[in-house]
Amino acid sequence: MFQEHQEHINMSKYFNEEAIEQAKTPRKEEEAEDTIQTNLDKITVSQETELSPAFDPIQRINNGFKHFKINEFNKYPDYYRELAEKQEPKFLMFACSDSRVSPTNILNLRPGEAFMARNIANMVPEFNQLKHAGVGAIIEYAILALKVEVILVIGHSRCGGIGRLISLPDEETSYDFIDDWVKIGETAKAKVLAEHPHASGEELQTLVEKESVMNSLGNLLSYPYVRSGIADKKLKLLGGYYDFVCGNFQTFEVDDIKPTTNIQE
Amino acid sequence: MAGIFKNCITSCCTKKPLVVEDMATNGKLIHIDDAIDGLKKLLSEKDDLHAVAAAKIKQLTAELEGADAGEFNPVERIRDGFARFKKEKYETNPTLYGELAKGQSPKFLVFACADSRVCPSHILDFQPGEAFVVRNIANMVPPYDTIKHSGAGAAIEYAVLHLKVENIVVIGHSCCGGIKGLMSIPDDGTTASDFIEQWVKIGLPAKSKVKADHNDLEHSDLCTKCEKEAVNVSLGNLLTYPFVREAVVNKKLSLKGAHYDFVNGSFDLWNLDFGISSSLI
Repeated sequence: MFQEHQEHINMSKYFNEEAIEQAKTPRKEEEAEDTIQTNLDKITVSQETELSPAFDPIQRINNGFKHFKINEFNKYPDYYRELAEKQEPKFLMFACSDSRVSPTNILNLRPGEAFMARNIANMVPEFNQLKHAGVGAIIEYAILALKVEVILVIGHSRCGGIGRLISLPDEETSYDFIDDWVKIGETAKAKVLAEHPHASGEELQTLVEKESVMNSLGNLLSYPYVRSGIADKKLKLLGGYYDFVCGNFQTFEVDDIKPTTNIQE
Repeated sequence: MAGIFKNCITSCCTKKPLVVEDMATNGKLIHIDDAIDGLKKLLSEKDDLHAVAAAKIKQLTAELEGADAGEFNPVERIRDGFARFKKEKYETNPTLYGELAKGQSPKFLVFACADSRVCPSHILDFQPGEAFVVRNIANMVPPYDTIKHSGAGAAIEYAVLHLKVENIVVIGHSCCGGIKGLMSIPDDGTTASDFIEQWVKIGLPAKSKVKADHNDLEHSDLCTKCEKEAVNVSLGNLLTYPFVREAVVNKKLSLKGAHYDFVNGSFDLWNLDFGISSSLI
């Protein structure tokens, strides 16, 4: 597995890593060859489009805002007027920056419902005023200023950040930031490897993705306002896992390692 | 995202609804004032109903109080939300979601505030696959710092080097609590919070500029100016990342600033123009 990933990381400088990752770990044996071919086609195509861009980002943004203004903002003026005065979200959510996992989309959220932190691999680091002021500020504001009632950490399938964590150490390629950041999940990876020494590929990836959510929930407890919120029964911690391959969503309670709900159909 | 308002009435709304569904009028919505007037009229016509009505009103009041106290069920909210997404989007677009499962190739990296009212999926109607999004207090991009700011650095590094996004957009917004906090830090720089003030101090150059240029403005107008100027500070900070500079100079990446005003319902967008000329001598 280490060998595979070495090749994979070298190539990733030139190609779309996700496509390569998919090619290396196909979902079914019989699909393997087709998948590799499709993804190579995709890489070639994406390189070609760089030379002939039909995509206008300004138009995309303009159209997007117009759509929101017509279908939402202008349609429900009372709702948006109240919201403009103040926000009272019940949730603080941590989600990955991955373009496919916006909680607004996948949980059908309304404006005003969730204060949202998004970063690589939906990590919550331990309390650290030097290294992690960004996440600290979000948690501090959400609890002390907004008095959120629930903190939800959402992991997801095929997470590039977790994939990188699993592939470390990497003697060939180093990054300025990515490796230090994903190592927040190091204890989760160690725990999974200890409990499932023979796990590999997609199975290992999924296990670490879920364990990393539990690790982040644990790290939340290193913040005093989180601890007192829980002690006063004013704050609840939840984990979530979005599998966009199968199309389901699980939730986890903190003192429970088993999922409480599993949306299949 | 049509039908959001209807959903707002029927599930875990933080505000008490003023309009209730009435079964007797075939599901047409009636106003609470009309309902009470109707009851008053009936009671003025029929004295013998008073005792019965009083008991029922007491029961209804207790029910509504009880419902309000235990109303919010987060697990249910999550489950219902996902079920709706699955039914209306995931299952109706199998080709799109099949492709997305294999990989993402978003054209945008977006920095937006964590504020619950400014999600780019709402205000710019971004669909799955379109935008790699970082959300933090006051949509700040800190300068390159491998010790203090690995989170932002990792996201920018991944987006630019791996995903090869073509555009980075930093979106500020009206009534930003983080910017208000920045403007409220006393001149001697003393802070009272563990993290918040230290974080928003990334925008200090914006505060200085705005106060110098507009020292006659009201506090709230100063905040608005600062919201926009802080976006410019963030755009400048993006250029402290070598991989961003390289991509911008090679015209593979564009940097844009934006400001969403949810009081007036407007959206501003502007470019950061940056280039290195050939030798001048």
